Amino acid sequence: MAPRLLAAGDDPVRPGPSTPLTIDVDGEPVTGIRGQSLAGVILAGGTLALRRTSVHGGPRGVFCGIGVCYDCLVEVNGQRDVRSCQRRAADGDVVRTQYDPLPEAPEGDHA
Amino acid sequence: MTNDVIIVGAGIVGAACARALAMAGFDVTVIDRGTTAGGTSSACEGNLLVSDKGPGRELELAQYAATLWTQAAVDLRTELGPDFPSVEYDPKGGLVVATTDAGAAPLLAFAAGQRSAGVDARVLDRAEALSLEPDLAPDFRAAVFYPEDSQVQPTIATEALMASARRHGARLIENTPVTGVLRDSAGALVGVTTAAGELRAARVLIAAGPWSGEVAASFGLVLPVLPRRGELLVTSRMRHRIFHKVYDADYVGAVGSNDSALQTSSVIESTAGGTVLIGSSRQQIGFDCRLQVDALAGIAAKALRLFPFLAGAAVMRTYGGFRPFMPDHLPVIGEDPRLPGLWHAAGHEGAGIGLSLATAEMIRDLMQGRPTRLDAAPFSPARDSLAPHLEQAA
Amino acid sequence: MTAVLVIGAGPAGLAAARAARARGASVTLLDAADELGGQFWRHLPASRPASNERVLHHGWDTFRDLAETLEFDDGCRILRQASVFAIETRGSGPAEVHIVVGEADGAGRDRLVLRPDAIVVATGAHDRTLPFPGWDLPGVFTGGAAQALAKSERLAVGERVVVAGAGPFLLPVAASLAATGSRVVGVFEANRVPALVRGWLPKPWQLSGAVSKGGELAGYVSGHLRHRIPYRLGRMVVGAHGTDRVEAVTIAAVAPDWTPIPGTEQRIEVDAVCVSHGFTPRLELAIAAGCALTADRFVEVDAGQETSVPGVYAAGEVTGIGGADLALAEGTIAGHVAAGGTLTDAELQRPVRRRTTFTRFAERLDAAHGIRSGWPAVVTDDTIVCRCEEVTYGQLRQTVSSTGSRSLRALKLSTRAGLGICQGRVCGRSVETLLAGCQPDGLLGDPVSTDRRPIAGTIRLGELAAAPTTALPTTSTPSPSIEGTP
Ligand SMILES: Cc1cc2nc3c(=O)[nH]c(=O)nc-3n(C[C@H](O)[C@H](O)[C@H](O)COP(=O)(O)OP(=O)(O)OC[C@H]3O[C@@H](n4cnc5c(N)ncnc54)[C@H](O)[C@@H]3O)c2cc1C
Ligand SMILES: Cc1cc2nc3c(=O)[nH]c(=O)nc-3n(C[C@H](O)[C@H](O)[C@H](O)COP(=O)(O)OP(=O)(O)OC[C@H]3O[C@@H](n4cnc5c(N)ncnc54)[C@H](O)[C@@H]3O)c2cc1C
Ligand code: FES
Repeated sequence: MAPRLLAAGDDPVRPGPSTPLTIDVDGEPVTGIRGQSLAGVILAGGTLALRRTSVHGGPRGVFCGIGVCYDCLVEVNGQRDVRSCQRRAADGDVVRTQYDPLPEAPEGDHA
Repeated sequence: MTNDVIIVGAGIVGAACARALAMAGFDVTVIDRGTTAGGTSSACEGNLLVSDKGPGRELELAQYAATLWTQAAVDLRTELGPDFPSVEYDPKGGLVVATTDAGAAPLLAFAAGQRSAGVDARVLDRAEALSLEPDLAPDFRAAVFYPEDSQVQPTIATEALMASARRHGARLIENTPVTGVLRDSAGALVGVTTAAGELRAARVLIAAGPWSGEVAASFGLVLPVLPRRGELLVTSRMRHRIFHKVYDADYVGAVGSNDSALQTSSVIESTAGGTVLIGSSRQQIGFDCRLQVDALAGIAAKALRLFPFLAGAAVMRTYGGFRPFMPDHLPVIGEDPRLPGLWHAAGHEGAGIGLSLATAEMIRDLMQGRPTRLDAAPFSPARDSLAPHLEQAA
Repeated sequence: MTAVLVIGAGPAGLAAARAARARGASVTLLDAADELGGQFWRHLPASRPASNERVLHHGWDTFRDLAETLEFDDGCRILRQASVFAIETRGSGPAEVHIVVGEADGAGRDRLVLRPDAIVVATGAHDRTLPFPGWDLPGVFTGGAAQALAKSERLAVGERVVVAGAGPFLLPVAASLAATGSRVVGVFEANRVPALVRGWLPKPWQLSGAVSKGGELAGYVSGHLRHRIPYRLGRMVVGAHGTDRVEAVTIAAVAPDWTPIPGTEQRIEVDAVCVSHGFTPRLELAIAAGCALTADRFVEVDAGQETSVPGVYAAGEVTGIGGADLALAEGTIAGHVAAGGTLTDAELQRPVRRRTTFTRFAERLDAAHGIRSGWPAVVTDDTIVCRCEEVTYGQLRQTVSSTGSRSLRALKLSTRAGLGICQGRVCGRSVETLLAGCQPDGLLGDPVSTDRRPIAGTIRLGELAAAPTTALPTTSTPSPSIEGTP
């Protein structure tokens, strides 16, 4: 039960030959095809949650897929806040999921 | 004399005055052309600073205001209850850093002067400063820590003061511009005219922030409150890495200057939401609010001098407003000798959030005819330093 | 020669660029994406070109024709991966356009400033998805996400998928999913559009045999698929369920105003759900340029597609949601007039006629599919409304009642709704509606909206601090005058 790439042989658009690539996602290798977005590679690798939210710590994944919701932010090669749905994957990319807890509230402030 | 007051403006100064007056038993009506906190008080940072003020009247007011905020944060929470959003009062302290040799000596001298005026201004060595702010660029020349600097979330603080004022009986009329003064046949002030008709009261308090000059002009009087534009950058949320308010020492110079050209100086701080606010510019270009990328670029460049790691931070918004600037750098607080019954609480420039509570107490005491906690004369509309501006413009 | 800058390389922008060139202007066409085509003609990238892309697209040949004409034209400079992050209106000319060029969200991208004689804003639209309980779970996508991943990567977002929301766009989404190997277990349209089939059917969404009289969405790609996809009207997703990802959704029948009807809930196991209730125009650049908006919040244009700001034109979804054919017609008119042509010129007669036809059509679509006022009924107190800042509806309600505030601006700042990194693109209009609904008279007291975003796309502080470059990355052809800011 996961997102997956359509096998090229079954694909009526007849894609050209594909070049495989491998990225590192939190230490795990994930393979994809050149031209895919980082989000696409990670999704097709079976992972839906790309980050944890700051307030509730819940999982978040791709939502809009076209760069407007910023829900798919990841750290790429040390650079934070990259929309993984907009960034094409490059072989060897090192991706880290982001979790930025809120600053602790000052003492006496129990909002 | 009846005890009714009309307050023009529902920013933090109007809200604080409404609360203080309503709690003292005045019959208060606040009227705003927009909505509460729709003006400068939601277009600023919420710094409550002593660090940027040299010895003098404004510093005294700020020092007193700092004690009032400590108390008000507790009182407002008790009064408004847990459902009310927190005013985010945070006595986090400020760190002022000189990034150049030329800036170091003036900063240390400034701090020494402040110490003699009772400010807690601690000169730190490099290691001490870096232990407060580990990500600070380590090549700074001098650093002074001001534990008394604190902050609130200014929009919520304004809403909280207004909500408290209303609980004490103040009335709020929104979306209604004040268009002029209402006089009786003898020419005495008896209220205001508004877009929705006349409103009567024995006293009218103008607390219209940078628009106070315009409101006064509609009353036929000159008040030299001028807009001084300021812009800020907001980054996306990040891991908490900036723990205090951190300023470049050139901030000190910009605040006190009369220069109308574009200036930028760094004021950097994290917010409760995890974003980082990066200020700010100062420029006198009237009420022109058009975006100016070179001003933003200048703010960005200066911020990187303090925190190089911010180079990778994602800027997601810019916002800003107009500081109510006074040519003699003091707010105007008190009754206008030219029109009895007309009062002012305006011109707080870049410190209106901080000074609002102290301003409100002063207004309350003056209206009650009681002695004020601090000498009110230096803030009076009748003060000498204002006289040439009143004449010049008149 | 007039220097025309076209922002956005979707159908509207491509058509504008070609028309402006045909009228003799020098043109710069830019887009944040690295491929031309916009949302509509998303396709496999140049690194993996498909030989039969046409089967997935309406008007593919039109696209190839536009793209090739412009790519081989020395008078048209194409800037890919170029994001406009700000527009300034202080200088001379219609506006100064600030751009970063480089990999999406990269650091150290080049900063450019363009000062064209005329600008065509063709920034398109994105899905509007209304909040519902569980919509923040991974596995809940917009329809556009499913469409984009299917078209540009051949990726199916799930195996068992529900498509829901409102509007004819649900059908190409379902079709793309099916054509990429998903089993679409149902398409749920909230409106009970009796005129649905009559109104929009064969065009312009161009789905071969999309919906039969029996209400089934059949195969899309030349008989490749044999799935029968149920298409149900008057039903809506009222919840998505799961802990770390979506595992099921609840569908309920809704009244004509979209209030869910109790007792009609039906739970469906899925591994993905794609929800879209229409489109929101991408207005930030038009607003930054000072363009007036219409009452229904699109860019206001005259018959020549000129906005209220002289020299600034707008075309495509920013002026009204009407599909690719309308975007093409509007783009052609905008580009031609921006380059100095007039509406009465012979070249414009056909596009003007087509614009009229497709505008009427779009109005019918909107009447049939538009968002209805009862939608907030699905939102519960613990439903997250602002996804970025995780603000719930309960927090909005409580803040309005405790502060008594009537101000959108103040309420945003005191709840943080809409203040996050998407800057209210996803939740803004929904937050406005929900906050207004919390007011005694149903109205907010300030004239602001959530559409204004002075920074139109994130920029790194280091990039902003750097001086703009004075030359374009690939300088070989004429372009609007380019200068560094002082
Ligand atoms: C970028 C920036 C950063 C700042 N940072 C800080 C800081 O860190 N700390 C600090 O203390 N201060 C700061 N300030 C300054 C501070 O914001 C102001 O001094 C303060 O908000 C002024 O409050 P006010 O109530 O006087 O004015 P406002 O909040 O502007 O309120 C005035 C009100 O008057 C209303 N009004 C105007 N004309 C009329 C009319 N004719 N009829 C009826 N109503 C009218 C307006 O609608 C408005 O609501 C900053 C300012 C800026 C611009
Ligand atoms: C994800 C998605 C999928 C869609 N699929 C279909 C479909 O299958 N069938 C259909 O009929 N309609 C579809 N639509 C509707 C579609 O919007 C229109 O049919 C058509 O694409 C509109 O054309 P346009 O030229 O107005 O805008 P778009 O095609 O949206 O083009 C706008 C372009 O502007 C660029 N842009 C925006 N802001 C900036 C900026 N600040 N800097 C640089 N570039 C910028 C964007 O990258 C984009 O490429 C889809 C919409 C979306 C959002
Ligand atoms: S999924 Fe929305 S920005 Fe990437």
